Amino acid sequence: MGAGDSTRFDKLGHRMMCACGCGQILLECNHVGCTYSDKMRNELIAGLDRAESDDLILQGFVQNYGPTVVAAPTSTGFNRVAWIMPFLALGLGIAFVILVVRSWKNKPTPALADGITVSRGSELDDYKRKARQETDQ
Amino acid sequence: MSYIGAFALILALGLSSYSFLAGLVALFGRDPGSMRLGETARRAGIAAFGAVLLAAGVLVTAAFSDDFSIAYIFHHSNRDLPAPYKFAVLWSGQEGSLLFWSLLLGGYGFVLRLRYKTDQRLFAHASVVIAAVQVFFLMLLNFAAHPFAIMEGALPPDGNGLNPLLQYPEMVIHPPMLYLGYIGFTIPFAFALGALIMKYPGDKWIHITRRWTMVTWCFLTIGVFLGAHWAYSVLGWGGYWGWDPVENASLMPWLTGTAFLHSVMMQEKRGMLKVWNMWLIFATFWLSILGTFLTRSGIISSVHAFAQSTIGEWFGWFLIISLAVFTYFFVINRSHLKSEHRLEALVSRESSFLFNNLLLLVACFTILWGTWYPKISELVQGHTITVRAPYYNVVIVPTALLLLLLTAVGPLLAWRKTSIESLKRNFLFPFIGAMAIGIAMVIFGVRPWDDSSYFYATMAAILSALVIFTVISEFVRGGRVIAGKSQMNLLAAMLHLWHRNTRRYGGYVVHFGVALVVIGILGTPFNKEVEKEMGFGDKINIGPYTLVCQSYTQEDTPNYGSEWAIISVFRGGRQITTMYPERRFYKSSGQPQTIPRIYPSVKEDLLLVRDLYLVYEGINETTGRPIIKAHLNPLVPWIWTGLIVMVFGTILALIPNAATVRVSVPVPVREPAHVGAGD
Repeated sequence: MGAGDSTRFDKLGHRMMCACGCGQILLECNHVGCTYSDKMRNELIAGLDRAESDDLILQGFVQNYGPTVVAAPTSTGFNRVAWIMPFLALGLGIAFVILVVRSWKNKPTPALADGITVSRGSELDDYKRKARQETDQ
Repeated sequence: MSYIGAFALILALGLSSYSFLAGLVALFGRDPGSMRLGETARRAGIAAFGAVLLAAGVLVTAAFSDDFSIAYIFHHSNRDLPAPYKFAVLWSGQEGSLLFWSLLLGGYGFVLRLRYKTDQRLFAHASVVIAAVQVFFLMLLNFAAHPFAIMEGALPPDGNGLNPLLQYPEMVIHPPMLYLGYIGFTIPFAFALGALIMKYPGDKWIHITRRWTMVTWCFLTIGVFLGAHWAYSVLGWGGYWGWDPVENASLMPWLTGTAFLHSVMMQEKRGMLKVWNMWLIFATFWLSILGTFLTRSGIISSVHAFAQSTIGEWFGWFLIISLAVFTYFFVINRSHLKSEHRLEALVSRESSFLFNNLLLLVACFTILWGTWYPKISELVQGHTITVRAPYYNVVIVPTALLLLLLTAVGPLLAWRKTSIESLKRNFLFPFIGAMAIGIAMVIFGVRPWDDSSYFYATMAAILSALVIFTVISEFVRGGRVIAGKSQMNLLAAMLHLWHRNTRRYGGYVVHFGVALVVIGILGTPFNKEVEKEMGFGDKINIGPYTLVCQSYTQEDTPNYGSEWAIISVFRGGRQITTMYPERRFYKSSGQPQTIPRIYPSVKEDLLLVRDLYLVYEGINETTGRPIIKAHLNPLVPWIWTGLIVMVFGTILALIPNAATVRVSVPVPVREPAHVGAGD
């Protein structure tokens, strides 16, 4: 294998599971007496030698070992949902928090009772300073 | 002996059931009779702990006395098992680990029931909730997974032995830490549910449970990281986290628990997020149980070799019932959970906590989604698929980076409102420092534009540096103010600063530890590995190291036989160490096990430390030559250092503040706000 193929071997080998049932990534399988990992690695090298594309190599493995041989869902068909959902949750969550913050901010302040004034300017700064001294926050 | 244990379990169930039922009845009465009944319930709860302790003691004694008439001891121990592992037999199998859960829950309940005078009514409610959970575990132990079941037929001469993977020193402390974390969240949950049921006025329950939650979180953190360290040191694949469902199960309550630790500060200081906190602590408790359900039910396949049995159904029902009970009380009593204040500015400590909670929950959801997706795929597409590291590395990393950014920025924000000018002023030094780290990485050859993994690693390095510099600047700035006023030196002033607000500055130290952990993780894209058959004198070159095989040897112990290689490690033409990767064969179980050896290059590389990680993989049957696999893992030791710093920070946060000076200030009195006005 050349340097480029070696990189591809490493990347593809980390995108597949060992099919022996040890539950490990193909290139990380150190299962003692594993009857699959060497064979699968040789098949991967053979695919690279035939100059097959990454997708073609992965498809070949799926045909031979079933869909569980790929370590992540594909980005086709229903499996797109697997990839979309986390980012959708993040996006919706951020939108929700922004909405909550805005709605809290925009709510009117309760009216003060007669005769009570709100401190402003230097008086307010003085209160703030004292409050900071008390709370140390 | 098994009869004593079995009797203790039945007694514990009876006492816990009484504690639950009598406590429940007593909660509804106000007369002296109800109070006396409540007191008997409390004492029954304490006695139940004694009974569970007796049962656990019997099981451990049976392990030490090689009592193979007990099926559990036969399946998980053997005569030549070293003493510490005989103790660990208690939590090495399903029945024992359930007994251990029950013991820890009883222990927590014991402490809680002794401290009941703090707030008798709230503690009585919490005690009933804990008793209910305890009844569930004891029913499991008595009717579904009995640890004292007797072997049928002739008594076997020796046991099957402990799983070789579990015969490692960390396995003696990893499960207890994890369980202390899982079970511990029952306490704040019990107080939360109790407060909800009795419409508890104020936030005292939060103050009462604050230390419980922090200690529990600390145990869970230690448990999760020890699990990772065990995987790294024993499994021999060169990594520490494989995104296996069982690993995910431990991470999910940790994430929600972390969110809870932050959001309770909003409730304590501003009277906000009361509903949110209720659900958050319930989710944390629920996810702790869900993890067990996942691993015991067999619904999700996992490499962790836990026995699958019908107890998964028990856990499933428990999850449903607990959700129903909590939802019911929330719906009927939610009116008293109105916020007392409103958010005043987007750039404030409050909003940073909101976003922090959001990101932690999104991370938790992502892991939950990935863990369940194989099952969803099976239901929708008719076939299961695999969801492992290549998936999580893509979907989790952006959220984690945002979270890291918030960890850096959050402490610089003030409560209520922060001016952009002060943010700029406080942020300048950390920002310059972090950018310098990023530029240095590019200068030293990292090309973030070449590959997404390098981009993420660079971003993680910059943001980790930002967190570290932020923490340092916060300590230094506060320390300087105190030093200026009190003539202390800067170090003493920073110590004084921490002692004035241990929770805040202890928390910053935890953030520091988190940044170190991230630094340890970001080295992953730069890992190297070489595998080679090595005869005497053969060499492997990896990074700056040259490994020379000196010899192979064998050893025999009563518990296992082993083969190991003797590898001399050279760097720059000088021998720096000798390593002994090993492969064992456990006699009683007949299972092989690799024991990797790890050399962290602290002396040679200082801050840029890396692990040289050697595995004796076995002998090539065709050539008869041993196979050695070498990994070079940059920065990994920082993960374990980060854990130590996180634990240290938690301890600092747990220490009470120095006595505060109270100053009376006249405050204008407002008319009481309308109900819900501040929500």
